[in-house]
Amino acid sequence: MNREKVVFAFFIVLALTLNFGFYVGEIDDPAHHNVYELFFAIVVSLIATVLKFGDRTHIGAVLLATSLVADLQLVAAAVVWGFAEHVSATGMTPAIMASVVSLSAGALLANITSVILLMVETILVRR
Amino acid sequence: MNNIFFVLFRRLRAPLITLISVYAVSIFGFVLIPGVDDQGQPWQMSFFHAFYFVSFMGSTIGFGEVPYAFTDGQRMWTTVTIYATVIAWLYGIGKLLALFQDQAFIRLMNRVGFRRHVKRTEDDFYLVCGYGMTGSLVVKQLLRRGIRAVVVDIDQERIDALETDDLEFSTAGLCADASEPDVLTDAGLQRRNCLGVLALTNEDEVNLAIAIASKLLAPELTVICRSESDVTTANLASFGTDHIIDPFVTYAEYLALALHAPYRHLAYDWLTNPTHRALSSIKKQTQGAWVICGYGRFGRALHRSFADKPVSLTLIDVHPEPAGLDIPYVQGQGTEAETLDEGNIRTAVGLVAGTGNDANNLSIIMTALEMNPNLFTVARQNLHANRPVFQAANTDLVMEPAQIIAHNILSLIKTPMLSRFLGLMARQPEEWARGLVNRMSNVAGDDELDSWAFRIGAQETPAIQEAYDEGRSLTLSLLMTDQRDLEQRLPVICLMVTRRGESTLLPDSDWSLQPGDKVLFCGLAEGNREMLWAIDNRNVLDRLMGDRSSAGGTLWRWLRSLSTSR
Repeated sequence: MNREKVVFAFFIVLALTLNFGFYVGEIDDPAHHNVYELFFAIVVSLIATVLKFGDRTHIGAVLLATSLVADLQLVAAAVVWGFAEHVSATGMTPAIMASVVSLSAGALLANITSVILLMVETILVRR
Repeated sequence: MNNIFFVLFRRLRAPLITLISVYAVSIFGFVLIPGVDDQGQPWQMSFFHAFYFVSFMGSTIGFGEVPYAFTDGQRMWTTVTIYATVIAWLYGIGKLLALFQDQAFIRLMNRVGFRRHVKRTEDDFYLVCGYGMTGSLVVKQLLRRGIRAVVVDIDQERIDALETDDLEFSTAGLCADASEPDVLTDAGLQRRNCLGVLALTNEDEVNLAIAIASKLLAPELTVICRSESDVTTANLASFGTDHIIDPFVTYAEYLALALHAPYRHLAYDWLTNPTHRALSSIKKQTQGAWVICGYGRFGRALHRSFADKPVSLTLIDVHPEPAGLDIPYVQGQGTEAETLDEGNIRTAVGLVAGTGNDANNLSIIMTALEMNPNLFTVARQNLHANRPVFQAANTDLVMEPAQIIAHNILSLIKTPMLSRFLGLMARQPEEWARGLVNRMSNVAGDDELDSWAFRIGAQETPAIQEAYDEGRSLTLSLLMTDQRDLEQRLPVICLMVTRRGESTLLPDSDWSLQPGDKVLFCGLAEGNREMLWAIDNRNVLDRLMGDRSSAGGTLWRWLRSLSTSR
């Protein structure tokens, strides 16, 4: 067993699960989407990205790319949320909530791709 | 290129993760800890405010407690996070700085920079392996002629010297083992504008490896290789190395020529060596008995090339006499009078101090000159730093391996016509060479004699081609006229003209030029400059031909045609 692989897989899967947890629920209902979950999804996603740095294989490069996409989507979601709460005059509206959740849904797709690639890599490893 | 980013990020993984974690925990703490607003009502920081606060606190900017004054709980957490973020930043920056000072990382960066420099070089260049004495001389001369160089050396100090040396162009240098093929590839071995490879390192093994790799990876390139042993020379020749230069053999042949054919030797010396010997050095008597001190690589090469010359040899060496030697042999240092006496120094005409030790060589010369002041002396100089002492010792010839190789390579590189001329000259009688040396002496005096060649045609000599197409006949003397004063000749000599593979040495000045002729000149560099005007610029050529009507550009010609028609 390789400790590095465990940590690596842990963060990638955790990024997906947190992302999914935030995403499920009525798309425009703020009560269904927890801000803490989004925060941790971002943090875990960033850590997963850094863990993928420096892998020179082709699969490693694609993993890094999907991870960067997830970061971008989640940060965009957080910025939209912060803007709605603190800057815009209207405050949080269902329409804005829907766009926050749909951004996180995009990140979810990227994270699913990451996990699929991880599984492919695992299956390809010869014992 | 990408390698650098990979290595950089890979090494920075731990500090980056630490930084992200510390920030995450700090922000999360501020979101959880209850606070009060300015009205005293309970208030909780949102992620937005927490991120804002931690961002300026972590970077020690410190705007204060915003948006509302903190409670004691928040202040306690702030204290913890101040230390945590500062330590995380110090750790990250420290790692980054350490990485930039890491030898392996610096090497990697140098390699990437070198590769980029080579890729951006668009002019023709030579790949020079080994930047020692020989290498630096060759590179300097190449750059003076506008040919670029790319240098590889195993010693970082010499690569540093490349930057501090007074060179005309910035030259790419890499500290690496040139015997590795991928180093040669990075140095542009397979690039289109690479003219050739010069393997000049001190190690025969390395030179061999460079030559083989070059011949396999880029078969059409010229490879010039230094070799110090017959075994390596034979090995190099076996796979078609273009030019192999053994400093000992080369110098022995040069010396033999000096004794046997002093004028041909002098002509050769003037054409290949920028600081050539004076004409007066030829006066000394050189035929007769010679004493050679040191029977190593140099001594052996001398023995071989003196074999068919009208001189009798005596050898002096510290080692016991080798078996099967057919000439007198004295065992001893050669630095003391007895040994030299035993070698009949008093009746000899020449002495070669050819041991591997500079101090011994000088001592031999000094002792011998005391015993026989008329000796023709040749000293071998092993270290370049000893140059002033050898100059002061007043020997007739000094043999310095680095210089010999450098001059040889330069005469090969300058123009292929020159080496062809030197080959043909070796077959000419001494009297002919004497005439040539006298002409050279009239032209150059003590200044450096340069040589250059061009092929008559639209490419290299557009002005001549144009004039020829108009049906004018051009002679050599026209090119050798000074455009500033038509009565004067330029300080140049035409050495050779090659027409359809046939070479004519020292053609007459009324030789009529035709397209396709290849012409080799020697003379002062100033003569070269003036001549380039005439072959390149139609106006200058017309002036040389005494034709003023076509001088100037379109405007002047039109104005003149107005005034003549009136």
